[in-house]
Amino acid sequence: MTKTAFYNKPRFRSAVYQLAVLAVVVWLAIEFAINARVNLEAQNVRFGIGFLDDPAGFGISQALISYSEQDTYRRVFFVGLLNTLLVSVLGIVFATFLGFVIGLGRLSPNWLLARLAGGYVELLRNLPLLFQILFWYLAVLLAMPGPRQSIAIGLQPILRSIADGLALVESSGAAGAVAQWLRSLAEWAGSPSMFLNNRGMFVPRAVFADGSGLVAAAFVVAILAVVGLRRWARRRQDATGVRFPVLWTSLALLVGLPAIATLAVGSPVSFEAPELRGFNFVGGLRVIPEFTALLIALSTYTAAFIAEVVRAGILAVPKGQSEAAMALGLRRGTALRLIVIPQALRVMIPPMTNQYLNLTKNSTLAVAIGYPDLVAVFAGTTRIQTHQAIEIVAITMAVYLAISLATSFAMNLYNARTRFGER
Amino acid sequence: MKRVIGVVSLAVAAGLSGLAEAQVLKSVRDRGALHCGVSQGLPGFSNPDDKGNWTGFDVDFCRAIAAAIFNDPTKVKFTPLSAGDRFEPLRSGQIDVLSRNTTWTSSRDALFNFVGVTYYDGQGFMVRKALKVNSALELNGASVCAQTGTTTELNLADYFRANNMKYEVVAFGTADETIKAYESGRCDAFTTDVSQLFAEKLKLSNASDHVILPEVISKEPLGPLVRHGDDQWFDLVKWVHFAMLNAEELGVSSKTLDEALKAKQPEIRRMLGLEGSHGEQLGMTRDWVVRIVRHVGNYGEVFERNVGTSSKLGISRGLNRLWTKGGIQYAPPIR
Repeated sequence: MTKTAFYNKPRFRSAVYQLAVLAVVVWLAIEFAINARVNLEAQNVRFGIGFLDDPAGFGISQALISYSEQDTYRRVFFVGLLNTLLVSVLGIVFATFLGFVIGLGRLSPNWLLARLAGGYVELLRNLPLLFQILFWYLAVLLAMPGPRQSIAIGLQPILRSIADGLALVESSGAAGAVAQWLRSLAEWAGSPSMFLNNRGMFVPRAVFADGSGLVAAAFVVAILAVVGLRRWARRRQDATGVRFPVLWTSLALLVGLPAIATLAVGSPVSFEAPELRGFNFVGGLRVIPEFTALLIALSTYTAAFIAEVVRAGILAVPKGQSEAAMALGLRRGTALRLIVIPQALRVMIPPMTNQYLNLTKNSTLAVAIGYPDLVAVFAGTTRIQTHQAIEIVAITMAVYLAISLATSFAMNLYNARTRFGER
Repeated sequence: MKRVIGVVSLAVAAGLSGLAEAQVLKSVRDRGALHCGVSQGLPGFSNPDDKGNWTGFDVDFCRAIAAAIFNDPTKVKFTPLSAGDRFEPLRSGQIDVLSRNTTWTSSRDALFNFVGVTYYDGQGFMVRKALKVNSALELNGASVCAQTGTTTELNLADYFRANNMKYEVVAFGTADETIKAYESGRCDAFTTDVSQLFAEKLKLSNASDHVILPEVISKEPLGPLVRHGDDQWFDLVKWVHFAMLNAEELGVSSKTLDEALKAKQPEIRRMLGLEGSHGEQLGMTRDWVVRIVRHVGNYGEVFERNVGTSSKLGISRGLNRLWTKGGIQYAPPIR
């Protein structure tokens, strides 16, 4: 065997190439930084993130933490970030749920259901998302009546309209009597406290007085009890085959314990209803239409993709698995839940992660309808007011990268858990 | 491998050093066109007509610069920019001048050079007549639609805070989205500079259902701006504005230009380049003002044609009258 020169060894060569590429990347980064700095200094732009402590001076329509115009740009950043996270997390939850329903529907032996689900997927995934957001915002939510003609949601208006309908059919006799009775029932139900108009949705807000802590504690205890109960019931079923009505018991626990606590301390939780005052509703909890439109558009759009992921995942499970389940006497739903979906999950998770990341990134389209997400208030208004474009764009990109990496990481953990044991 | 790295690094280095040029006038001449940043469509100020030609008050300012340099007002390439993205193209050299109803403020002047105030404006409100609101002070608790990336959001916050009133601001990225949301009833009031209120009102399907409130809540001196670092270009653009004001003051318009060229008044003769070499000092030709007035007109003509009482917008001159007529438009003399 001839001796190869050290510079001809593959290991040496690859090391040299990698070092060279690394050096070029580092050099480029330094060059960019120096160049940006020189040019910005020439244009009198100060470089750095000191601007974060300056007062912002502008208003924001939705803030999950307290915010006023006197707060700093740093606060604006967190307000925007939380708004982005809120719409992304809720969007992911809704899109997953809807996607599962539609994906399963498309595989249903029911012809109509399968076609409807197929139509949903083809329609929603083939229209540009921006148009869908604008559609929900301008054509649906802003087409609602104004604050003074709000749609009241509650038992009373429903009962009243049924009574009116009945009275139209027959003003006297049995129908008339029922209508009369419905009207008195409506009276008893009290005036509604939920309203829908083109300024958003207004619902009562819970006001917590002293003693609320006990109710909250009761709720936590109930949750822990439910978790324990499930474990116990499962172990018992595995051992003896006897089933336990977990669902009903859990519901009773979750509702019952806090209810008992409420009675014990004398109703510490009250509700503040919204009321029309001046231009708009005051008090209560408000969901702005920008948020609703964005959430609906993002979840229905992403659900179309998730439905296909779910369908692919289920079709990837060999048919013999569900046939075997049927042969054991399991019903279709149970077979799906216990046999097919657990196996389908491991195929579904990687593409599902993609959809979650897409949803989060797509939420930046918020700026088109005035939803104050991170891009709108920080990479938008703050950037324009402070002229610190490079820093702000870099921070914003870093934040989206961090959110995406965190999502990937969580999904990878889940993926590792659902993987088959090696045989 | 080496060649690839060489090419890539060359390309990147070239891209990085794009900012270093200072001679804007030279590069405008070399490429044969002025690059001008305008709005995305604001009737009366900068708006493309049916044939795609840009027209308006801010557009005419760029046409006047092109007329002075090339003797041809069509040698302008217009770049429509949103309020939020208007400054970066100017900073990076993509445009030579930004003429987009931009308010002159100290923080913006620290980064750019404002050439003057072409339009003295202030922020106001528009509401539906049906609301029966007669004053901005009755807007407590209102939802207000505004465009993001403007001084508007800050003035709005200041005004409501100073008057101890509550409000909700819904901020959109473009003027069109903002007026659309207002029209759909998302907001009780729409706020921007008064001149723009008049312009945006034209876009509403039922313009007569809306009314502009009398209060003007801020100072909004609007003017064109250029990059820092090129004094010659700054002076040239500044003096195009002053030339149009001086022409009006001396009674020289596109209609009276031929007579004025025979005038004996020294001020007019200096301005029109019949005496002295003032245009050349500024890097243009002697007849620069003749070119501007012939192709575009004087300040008063441009105002009336685009936004004045005879135009669709029907705005009265107000503060923008010449100082000799009770306004505050005042230009240094050409001499």
